[in-house]
Amino acid sequence: MKTIGYIIQKEFKQIFRNKGMLPIIFILPILQLVILSNAATYEVKNIKFAYIDYDHTSKSRALIEKFNASTYFDVLTDFPSQLKSSTAMLAGEVDVVLEIPNHFEQNLLKEKTSDLSITINAIDGAAAGVESGYVNQIVQSFNKDVKMFFMDTSKKAMQPLTIESIPSFWYNTTLNYKTFMVPGILVLLVSMITLFLSGMNIVREKEIGTLEQINVTPIRKSQFIIGKLFPFWIIGMGLLTVGLILAKIIFNVPMEGSLGLLYLFTSIYLLVILGMGLLISNFTDTQQQAMFIAWFFVVIFILMSGLFTPIESMPKWAQIITEFNPIKYFVEVVRMVLLKGSDFNDILPQLWKTLLYAIVMNGLAVWSYKKVN
Amino acid sequence: MSISLSNICKSYKKVKAVQNISFDVNPGELFGLIGPDGAGKTTIFRILTTLLIPDEGTATVAGFDVVKDYKAIRKSVGYMPGRFSLYQDLTVEENLTFFATIFRTTIEENYDLIEDIYVQIEPFKDRRAGKLSGGMKQKLALCCALIHKPKVLFLDEPTTGVDPVSRKEFWEMLKRLQKKEITILVSTPYMDEAALCDRIALIQDGEILDIDTPEAIVSKFPKTIYNLGANNMYKLIQSLQSYEHKYSVFPFGEFVHYTDKRDSFEVANLISYLEKAGLTDISVEVGQPNIEDAFMELAK
Repeated sequence: MKTIGYIIQKEFKQIFRNKGMLPIIFILPILQLVILSNAATYEVKNIKFAYIDYDHTSKSRALIEKFNASTYFDVLTDFPSQLKSSTAMLAGEVDVVLEIPNHFEQNLLKEKTSDLSITINAIDGAAAGVESGYVNQIVQSFNKDVKMFFMDTSKKAMQPLTIESIPSFWYNTTLNYKTFMVPGILVLLVSMITLFLSGMNIVREKEIGTLEQINVTPIRKSQFIIGKLFPFWIIGMGLLTVGLILAKIIFNVPMEGSLGLLYLFTSIYLLVILGMGLLISNFTDTQQQAMFIAWFFVVIFILMSGLFTPIESMPKWAQIITEFNPIKYFVEVVRMVLLKGSDFNDILPQLWKTLLYAIVMNGLAVWSYKKVN
Repeated sequence: MSISLSNICKSYKKVKAVQNISFDVNPGELFGLIGPDGAGKTTIFRILTTLLIPDEGTATVAGFDVVKDYKAIRKSVGYMPGRFSLYQDLTVEENLTFFATIFRTTIEENYDLIEDIYVQIEPFKDRRAGKLSGGMKQKLALCCALIHKPKVLFLDEPTTGVDPVSRKEFWEMLKRLQKKEITILVSTPYMDEAALCDRIALIQDGEILDIDTPEAIVSKFPKTIYNLGANNMYKLIQSLQSYEHKYSVFPFGEFVHYTDKRDSFEVANLISYLEKAGLTDISVEVGQPNIEDAFMELAK
């Protein structure tokens, strides 16, 4: 115990003496949390909107007025012809072009139907999808107004029943993206920093040659590993604490569930990450190699964690792969506990899988750590 | 025997690092492994300190087998790798305390052993190890290797890159440690340091050329050495190289060490040959062979 205690003490001394490392550990994550949480939004605003009105009637103007009233669209200009609008879209000056054909109003009156053409710049597929949704909403609402307008007062009484659905968003009533992004980014930061630090730490001893000296001592494998990794476990917990405080103060993220439960899960989750870091350092010789491998895994884990893209929308095989992604479980648990107030029994499946993962990872890491080669 | 190797072989992929190495080191002996870079000295150290498993052969250190009883060896040996490998961002005292702790001892317990080395670096005990001078680093590394009172001390090229004064001091320290019944195995590429060992093994390309006391190795030298000097060193060497009776020619400080093929010959003949070659101020005297001459002869 005394040996482990001394190694931990030594490790902390080294971390706090490394003037380049301290800001990386504490200042950068805070900056990232603040910047990313404000920047990583799914909402598309200030869409550059233009229109071509061949009709020039009160109905066509009413439709354009609806776009004008929307906060999402910036109605930039009207184009006299399709050729002009195409050139503008090619130059990136507009994102969405609405084309109202000739006889738009007349057709609505006579045939009860008319066509509209919408052109969307789909260079960013996600944004184009969102924009298309907004356009549809506006056109639907215009449709309803038109129906009401053309209907005879006598027929109004016998208009067909329509079903309108009004969604109610549970656990995040206003669909505030920060409410679910901030916990996710918190997960990302805790995982990234602890994985990089632990992965590079033992390799560093290899690089500067101290590991060779340590290996010719009676120190036990377990003592050395625990002594080396425990400080990063503490740092991971510290990061979580700092992140939660910021999430509360800056973003006012709801904290419905028990924070103790979140800490319990994190304490196990960090073992997975540290085991992974140790495994990486066992198979690399330089900090550079360790950094690259850690990056590789972190990028895959983050993109497949459900943080930015929902896991439900992934193909079946990808969904199976995400079962092996520890970050996925952490993202799920953080959101469940903070937003939904889930209790111990609710997160039990994630807890079991993470615990199993921790055992396997650390088992592999300790097994592959050799004092002799 | 304090250290014993028999038929040790180790290869790295296709490169044979050491082949059939066998030697014994007596308790309390200061034994030197002398050889150029790449001779296999570090491989032998790494096998004896249980960091490397030999392909063939057996070895024991302090009576323990290097493969089976590696744990016992790690408790009873001190190892100072060739590269400075202490924590540069910890202070002198913290480094020493760290190694004392992982050997489950304290600085106070074995202070008498390191005292006369430690007092020299004690004024800097709060300085980070990375900020020490080369000689100071070596002293600190030696203290760390000694802190648990090892039975056997392994020093891999401890004086490489150290100034001449510190080198001399370092060897004096080793001599004092030897009196405290510590067996020392030291490697060095410097032939002049070989003479300070009790016995030496000359090693090249993974094979042992000879093992004996430095005096015995020198006395085995078969030829008479002549120290030659002249006004133009470069021309002297060139002329001697093309002399038909030359056996070996090695520049050695301000002189050239020359040996002749013939058992007896007239020095005057050689002088007249050199004068004909245009050299002046020629001096010839019979010199004493040293370890370097012996090594060159054996390595031929």
